[in-house]
Amino acid sequence: MREIDALTITNTVKKLCIDANCHLGCDIKNRIAECAKDEPWPTAKGILEQIIKNYTIADSENVPVCQDTGVACIFLKIGQDVHINGNLTDAINEGVRQGYSEGFLRKSVVRDPLDRVNTGDNTPAMIYYEIVEGDKVEITVAPKGFGSENMSAIAMLRPSDGVNGVKDFVLKTVLEAGPNPCPPIVVGVGIGGTFDKAAYLAKKALLRPIDKPNETPFYADLEKELLEKINALGIGPQGFGGKTTALAVNIEHFPTHIAGLPVAVNINCHVTRHKTEVI
Amino acid sequence: MQIKINTPLTRKKVKTLKAGDSCLISGTIYTARDAAHKRLKALIDENKPLPIDVKDSIIYFVGPTPAKDGQVIGSAGPTTSYRMDAYSPDLIRLGQTGMIGKGKRNNEVISAMKTHGAVYFGAIGGCGALLSKCIKKSEIVAYADLGAEAIYKLEVEDFPVVVIIDSNGNNLYETGPKDYLKQNK
Repeated sequence: MREIDALTITNTVKKLCIDANCHLGCDIKNRIAECAKDEPWPTAKGILEQIIKNYTIADSENVPVCQDTGVACIFLKIGQDVHINGNLTDAINEGVRQGYSEGFLRKSVVRDPLDRVNTGDNTPAMIYYEIVEGDKVEITVAPKGFGSENMSAIAMLRPSDGVNGVKDFVLKTVLEAGPNPCPPIVVGVGIGGTFDKAAYLAKKALLRPIDKPNETPFYADLEKELLEKINALGIGPQGFGGKTTALAVNIEHFPTHIAGLPVAVNINCHVTRHKTEVI
Repeated sequence: MQIKINTPLTRKKVKTLKAGDSCLISGTIYTARDAAHKRLKALIDENKPLPIDVKDSIIYFVGPTPAKDGQVIGSAGPTTSYRMDAYSPDLIRLGQTGMIGKGKRNNEVISAMKTHGAVYFGAIGGCGALLSKCIKKSEIVAYADLGAEAIYKLEVEDFPVVVIIDSNGNNLYETGPKDYLKQNK
């Protein structure tokens, strides 16, 4: 049994919170740059160029790409041969507390959804634990902004709705969101499972690099087709019109019940951030 | 061409702005988002004075990140505006002439803008690091207890915005995608 001290978890989460908020991944940056080149609509091209300027400043000055530094969504893959010395959940939240304070990140969490008093330190984090084989711990921090989170949706389709029902729901969700989630967006889609599992899959889909299609050819094709259809809607960057409405569609799927076809769409803005480290 | 706007933003100037115009704003603007708007609305409902003079003012819907040493303000891009739809019509009635945000507005807001003469600007969402460069001074003038949601008085210089909805109700979110699709079938 490998021992990992809770302090190591805290320090890793702290570092990842700051890194993820200040430095976009290469997959996103490369895609934005490609889209800026391909964009035929001048206003849209201009906006994409400003977006590139923005993440370049964030990189060089180590400041947040966006002022909505999000709620900290944290995904852990914990090897079953690992023992954590200390309280794991407390260690993660302490990492968030320190990261959001020392990194000058915005504290955007309220203690109760109805009384709405800010907790002042961006805790608690939204934590997802997964137990895997081995003696390592993989931690991914994905700060999630709420401009795009608010535009997300879930549907319990009928099996007879099939793949066309899924496509229609994804397109309807993106169209209704329009300019609100800061397009160009990344669309995470979860298909199957249960009501909650579909939503989890949609969020998890946003963690996959956007230059890596789904491993199943059928779903890789569906991702490609949906991206083309979304980019034919004309919404464009910021909703001012243009080709670049979405940078990518990432789908995750899972077995489901004979009676159901759950579909969740988790929308992310162009500031789709996540950083991973393995301890 | 970019239109220069100096604050205060008069109704006369508002009338000249058209949806789709690119503008550079200089002067004093105020910040307010969800929690601050809720407090302002409560004061309006009780006929009490507001902590800021809204006449001919521009309110920027933003909750910035904390400033590092040597910074005027942290990253400071727009937040989604529809959450302020419940509050904006009252402020427009009291003389507010400009709003900066991103995303759709409802019919009540647009109708108040048309009746009283106000304009809705968009700044680029997700560009908080870049936009913060146009903010030259920043001070909290009300509701410091709200942290990032406090009301800040900002001095801005050539702050880049686009007119999304003008005082006649023309809406770039409708015309922009339509024009693009017409020319790129």
